[in-house]
Amino acid sequence: MTAQQPPRLLRGIPLAVRKLRKAFGAREVLREIDLHIPAGQFVAVVGRSGCGKSTLLRLLAGLDSASSGELLAGSAPLSEALEDTRLMFQEARLLPWKKIIDNVGLGLKGNWRPQALEALEAVGLAERADEWPAALSGGQKQRVALARALIHQPRLLLLDEPLGALDALTRIEMQQLIENLWRKHGFSVLLVTHDVSEAVAIADRVILIEDGEIGLDLHVELPRPRVRGSHRLAALETEVLNRVLSLPGTPPEPEPVSPLPTQLRWAQ
Amino acid sequence: MNSQRILHRLAPWALPILLLAVWQLSVSAGWLSTRILPAPSAVIAAGVHLVSSGEIWTHLAISGWRAGLGFVIGGGIGLALGFITGLSTWGERLLDSSVQMIRNVPHLALIPLVILWFGIDETAKIFLVALGTLFPIYLNTYHGIRNVDPALVEMARSYGLSGFSLFRQVILPGALPSILVGVRFALGFMWLTLIVAETISASSGIGYLAMNAREFLQTDVVVLAIVLYAVLGKLADLAARGLERVWLRWHPAYQVQKGGAA
Repeated sequence: MTAQQPPRLLRGIPLAVRKLRKAFGAREVLREIDLHIPAGQFVAVVGRSGCGKSTLLRLLAGLDSASSGELLAGSAPLSEALEDTRLMFQEARLLPWKKIIDNVGLGLKGNWRPQALEALEAVGLAERADEWPAALSGGQKQRVALARALIHQPRLLLLDEPLGALDALTRIEMQQLIENLWRKHGFSVLLVTHDVSEAVAIADRVILIEDGEIGLDLHVELPRPRVRGSHRLAALETEVLNRVLSLPGTPPEPEPVSPLPTQLRWAQ
Repeated sequence: MNSQRILHRLAPWALPILLLAVWQLSVSAGWLSTRILPAPSAVIAAGVHLVSSGEIWTHLAISGWRAGLGFVIGGGIGLALGFITGLSTWGERLLDSSVQMIRNVPHLALIPLVILWFGIDETAKIFLVALGTLFPIYLNTYHGIRNVDPALVEMARSYGLSGFSLFRQVILPGALPSILVGVRFALGFMWLTLIVAETISASSGIGYLAMNAREFLQTDVVVLAIVLYAVLGKLADLAARGLERVWLRWHPAYQVQKGGAA
């Protein structure tokens, strides 16, 4: 892969978040979030459990609606660009009753099979296309989920700790895969993660959310490919970690979860 | 090694065969009166006789038809009701508690009423079978839909699925394991109900065969009828398992072990 910059301005969504607020009942999870993300930027969002980083991602994905504030894609509301936005969840969420290739083609119409095979090829799982998801390991499932997101050619990719449950080596492989695909396609990325070293190693910019506000906004201006374990990465990691640990942690409240089974209806 | 495999295959059959042998022996030695229990050989002879006269097929056909039609009607209604209550809040509010109340009435207790309504002809039996199969399928359909993983539904929605395609691709397959459990329960109730209905009032069918034979003290035919019911029940269960194999082949619990796997 060449070091040349791909035409990112065409592919990625420039994202603007203005005075975003989200409350669940009396509990304010996000307050006054202001954020501008240029098209094609790779942003990592870190923070303690329950700081509201996953909530931010769910708002961007259109899974929840904000209490107040604006989400903009360029100058239009982000909700109009939902087709161009794809979210990868913490778990792979593959449909166990669909073959892997059918999972990748979920929601597509027409002759999508060649495309789905291509997407599987990109994540290195083309030869598993006709197997059931149950036959895959956790890391492979997440790679299928990544292929499923990429086949829609998203302009904004939202990643909700998709690597959290993977073992260390698989994690690094997945990080490199995501980074390569991002460099190739040039979409904007918002990665929510617990792992500060992952954030500084992979992202252009690291944002720390504390108590529902942006506590730190750090640009990582290191050339790619980055060398893992280099002292500059370590220094950045320490800087972020010191900031995270400087505030006494509040006991993490349970994150607001998706609707309860009884509230979830097919015929809403 | 091979002979050990054969031994393992045969071991489960040892006890039934031993019991049959003891039974046969005690009848032919005169320890057991044929009025209490006929010899297995007599049961087989009765079976051969009924098969050769062709009588058995008409009884089997009529019993199978009653069971099948009742199951289709009852199962269809149960499935439809389960979809309605599982998929819509209003459907649940309006229907679920009523269905649950009716479910608690033992359907066999309705036999006197059913005879008053329909007389003793086919309708009464089919009605009873339908009633017996409705509730297991209803309950399991409702339960299955309720337990579809909301995370998968959320994912599917975010990938643009909604309405019927969401139902067909996510909700129905997710509920299918539970629905099939309901089908297996219902098949059990189907035969149970039919046996009772046919022994009370019938002029054909396996139950009639048994009751008629009782009047003439033909214990061999009575036992044959019982065996027939057992075989039919087993066949229905095998059919349900076959459906599970086909429809749930994605499910790790139903995947057939590949040959040679340790």
